[in-house]
Amino acid sequence: MEENLKKNVAQPAIDSKIPEGPVAEKWTNYKAHQKLVNPANKRRLDIIVVGTGLAGASAAATLGEMGFKVLNFCIQDSPRRAHSIAAQGGINAAKNYQNDGDSVYRLFYDTVKGGDYRAREANVYRLAEVSNNIIDQCVAQGVPFAREYGGLLANRSFGGAQVSRTFYAKGQTGQQLLLGAYSSLNRQIEMGNVKSYNRYEMHDVVIIDGRARGIIAKNLVTGKLERFAAHAVVIATGGYGNTYFLSTNAMACNVSAAMACYRKGAYFANPAYVQIHPTCIPRHGDKQSKLTLMSESLRNDGRIWVPKNIEDAKKLQAGQIKGSDIPEEERDYYLERRYPAFGNLVPRDVASRAAKERCDKGFGVNNTGQAVFLDFSEAINRLGIDVVRQRYGNLFDMYEEITDVNPGELANEINGVKYYNPMMIYPAIHYTMGGIWVDYELQTSIKGLFAIGECNFSDHGANRLGASALMQGLADGYFVLPYTIQNYLSDQITVPRFSTDLPEFEETEERVQADLDNLMNIKGNRSVDSIHKELGNIMWDYVGMGRTKESLETALEKIKELRKEFETNLFIPGDQEGMNIELDKAFRLRDFITMGELIAYDALNREESCGGHFREEHQTEEGEAKRDDENFFYVACWKYNGDDTKAPSLIKEPLHYEAIKVQTRNYKN
Amino acid sequence: MWLFKSSVGRKVVMSVTGLFLILFLTFHALMNAVAVLSLDAYEAVCEFLGANWYALLGTLVLAAGFVIHIIFAFWLTLQNRSARGNDRYAVTARPKSVEWASQNMLVLGIIVLCFLVLHLFQFWAKMQLPEITGGDVYSGSQALEATFSQPWVLPVYLIGFCAIWFHITHGFWSAFQSLGANNDKWLCRWKCIGWWWATIVMLLFAVEAIALTIKFATDSCPCIGELI
Amino acid sequence: MENSISVKLKVWRQANPKAQGEFVTYELQDIPTDTSFLETLDILNEQLVERGEEPIAFDHDCREGICGMCSLYINGHPHGPATGATTCQLYMRRFKDGETITVEPWRSAAFPVIKDLMVDRNAFDKIQQAGGYVSFNTGGAQDANAIPISKVDADEAMDSASCIGCGACVAACKNGSAMLFVSAKVSQFALLPQGKAEAKKRVKAMLQKMDELGFGNCTNTGACAAECPKNIKLSNIARLNREYICAKCSD
Repeated sequence: MEENLKKNVAQPAIDSKIPEGPVAEKWTNYKAHQKLVNPANKRRLDIIVVGTGLAGASAAATLGEMGFKVLNFCIQDSPRRAHSIAAQGGINAAKNYQNDGDSVYRLFYDTVKGGDYRAREANVYRLAEVSNNIIDQCVAQGVPFAREYGGLLANRSFGGAQVSRTFYAKGQTGQQLLLGAYSSLNRQIEMGNVKSYNRYEMHDVVIIDGRARGIIAKNLVTGKLERFAAHAVVIATGGYGNTYFLSTNAMACNVSAAMACYRKGAYFANPAYVQIHPTCIPRHGDKQSKLTLMSESLRNDGRIWVPKNIEDAKKLQAGQIKGSDIPEEERDYYLERRYPAFGNLVPRDVASRAAKERCDKGFGVNNTGQAVFLDFSEAINRLGIDVVRQRYGNLFDMYEEITDVNPGELANEINGVKYYNPMMIYPAIHYTMGGIWVDYELQTSIKGLFAIGECNFSDHGANRLGASALMQGLADGYFVLPYTIQNYLSDQITVPRFSTDLPEFEETEERVQADLDNLMNIKGNRSVDSIHKELGNIMWDYVGMGRTKESLETALEKIKELRKEFETNLFIPGDQEGMNIELDKAFRLRDFITMGELIAYDALNREESCGGHFREEHQTEEGEAKRDDENFFYVACWKYNGDDTKAPSLIKEPLHYEAIKVQTRNYKN
Repeated sequence: MWLFKSSVGRKVVMSVTGLFLILFLTFHALMNAVAVLSLDAYEAVCEFLGANWYALLGTLVLAAGFVIHIIFAFWLTLQNRSARGNDRYAVTARPKSVEWASQNMLVLGIIVLCFLVLHLFQFWAKMQLPEITGGDVYSGSQALEATFSQPWVLPVYLIGFCAIWFHITHGFWSAFQSLGANNDKWLCRWKCIGWWWATIVMLLFAVEAIALTIKFATDSCPCIGELI
Repeated sequence: MENSISVKLKVWRQANPKAQGEFVTYELQDIPTDTSFLETLDILNEQLVERGEEPIAFDHDCREGICGMCSLYINGHPHGPATGATTCQLYMRRFKDGETITVEPWRSAAFPVIKDLMVDRNAFDKIQQAGGYVSFNTGGAQDANAIPISKVDADEAMDSASCIGCGACVAACKNGSAMLFVSAKVSQFALLPQGKAEAKKRVKAMLQKMDELGFGNCTNTGACAAECPKNIKLSNIARLNREYICAKCSD
């Protein structure tokens, strides 16, 4: 396997089409010189947009406004339900409304640094540049951002930044931004520029003469495959977090559309970069379906700890004592101990790994041993319960609803110190920085196929900062893709609309149908979820927060066995007539298995620790991540080799930094 | 016409006619008070509201108010039932904040309607109607005596009053809500005003009915008067 | 996992939109009380698949109470007995050991059943398409702070905008009325200066579409607001009425 990887290194370099000039002028130069499509011709061009999250909905709406004919697909019953809706915290922009020294450059710098110097510089600068337009755009749409009493927009601060640049709408920023994009989309649907297909799932992309010209999608209600043709295809189908079965992603989030593109030749970049969010509610049993995120803002006043003594931890695990029974001096506030400068506010990857380290040593505090405490006793004693409830009341209520424990309730008093019920938290898969490889124009390695939002790899490097996902999704959809796609479409104006009766469509549909038939015909004994859970366990145990060469090789072995189990022992009830939810899930699981392998291949190849990817062999003496800029300062692009069981080939896109000096991240002092 | 074609328009019609009828009931209750205080004065009121052009016009407007309110009620209910679909829920539960009356306005309305028909038969058909058509015209006090001297009338009237009370406690604030004259602050206020209004008016009616029943009972059998 | 209960689930099964549906009762043993209601349905589905039967179809996605995908009319309440929460935020500790839990789909003429507990809520999208937007093209925006908006108005608009479009209001309403849903969107834009320019056009178009799609007339029972998982207030409906009446009167 390793041999294979090494052999594959010798591939041709790939063109990321980064424009000439200083980083601050690249986007302006690009726009000034790109080719455009005139209004009369736009009407003759069709674009398929798959997905209706922030990126998909904003792109479909904007392309519709420009006059293109757009076909827009979503897996849910309405475009408004895409998982962007669940983002809580906020959206970054370099507005500098707070006069605290923010600028486009600073946002750019923070994002690159937060991404552990593995992002493409030019893309990130463009992202920071258009961030301000996003806020203007959303306000004009009627998004009800939080405001100050003077009537101007309010900001909050977020991890990884020294300025207040995060705009928010209560704890529902993602929802409000998505509803804004959805409203623009609705306007275009009403005007007839966008046709919306709900409860449709893309199953494959159709390539004609090397260009993406359409998709095969399944109508999830009728169970029928349908063909759709267009001049260009845009994939905005989100991340692959559900490969781990349990994640904060929605149940329907899947990687099938991206995998279909990958199988057709689109490179998949940096799959190993998976973000693990430190403040989720721990898993409680094997029946659990998903993990619930608690807002990161809790770390502003909550203190994270485990017991100092292993005996106390054992008693906690056995349920003999409660967290509030352990007095202050017996507690180990390990983040404050290890990172005195940032304390409980270290970036997500650092906080997550520290929790894992304690639990691996046996200090976990619940029955599974996979949880740490997040304690508000100190904050409540200092500020009073009313102030704390005002800040976090809704989160406390949510926590209580799920766990039956009220974190604002006085539980114990030892030597005159009041102790409140601590929350239990544990890291969980949250976001995937890797994705379909795209060039500066957001075009994949297949002509006419574009990828936007979480689905692509472009802007976050090895780790994403809080409140940047919303920014990237909307930047791609509103302000980047609608320009860059014209550069591609400008020479397509003479290409007439395609018939879906072309042999390429027929062939692709037949292959998808054959795949579905194969799944139905396995007729084994195991349900989709039972296999998916097993995949999730493999991924979490061996390709999770801490990875080693051994663990990754074990993972590849185990996934291989699991694939065999899947292919021979799967059982799907019912038939292909009408809705078959088990068949739909099985189709997705097939792709999650391939995705799982891809993550492991990439993680195995990347012999360094950076951002969300931590190789235990590569750490400092104090247990911090150790990057290897000499050997791994590149984007790892993986090319499909014709069969899911064959190892993919690696192609490297070297990174070039002009505006930023590459440094080591330091959160200790 | 949006008052017929749109759901909000239809509700405006219900609200306006409903508020008009509440206003009428209020005047009716005040007029009845006259009868309790003095039958002679009551006669004068009845005379004033006999077959004069203004009284007839008033009657027509009032009748129109009733008829429109009732027709729209049935129309809206039919539409609402079809909007609910063919399958009904097997289990339903009423949330605490939902008034019982609000979900039973049609039933309450039908009870009120029956009461209204009886009431018209007992009074209007003996007073204003024969004035127009010719026939035996009862005076106000005659009609009162003919009605309230019968022992079954009082309980029936009290049931009618009860139904009207329920109907108005919801109808009052609901009318302002439908007309858009409501917000978070006024919601409680309208509910409160509506409750008191309905209670005062219906109590007035009830007291008047009880007083008249007693009055006619003592007139026909003085021993009861002595007892009291 | 100290506590677990056994329950009977009485679930509406319907093979397709045209099929005749019926209740089927399933018994579930030893469900931990910290399992969510949807996870309980997952467990049941897993058992059904093991027995070779078709699992129960129900809508669900984010499982954290924000996407509005989950529905279910549980024991007489849309989204179950908890208030201010969606079905996915409902946990089994709300139920008693041995209890029979009746699970039905939303029932409304405008929300036809697709399969089992899954309904078609496309009507909501159509209402939004009729006018639930500010007519504004990408790129033409002025600076976000150019128009100050009072915090009071912005907060109220935010409260209205927090509707998740789940349809519980329609399911709860004995009239199958969608007024709370429509009023939430109309209110959001009516409260903000951005929405004022086309406020009249918007309210007329959205209401007309709502009526066309066969939703019922609002009789102000307040069941919608009482059952709304996002606590959208009844005063929104008053605002919708006001906006509509004013728009019609100024025609």
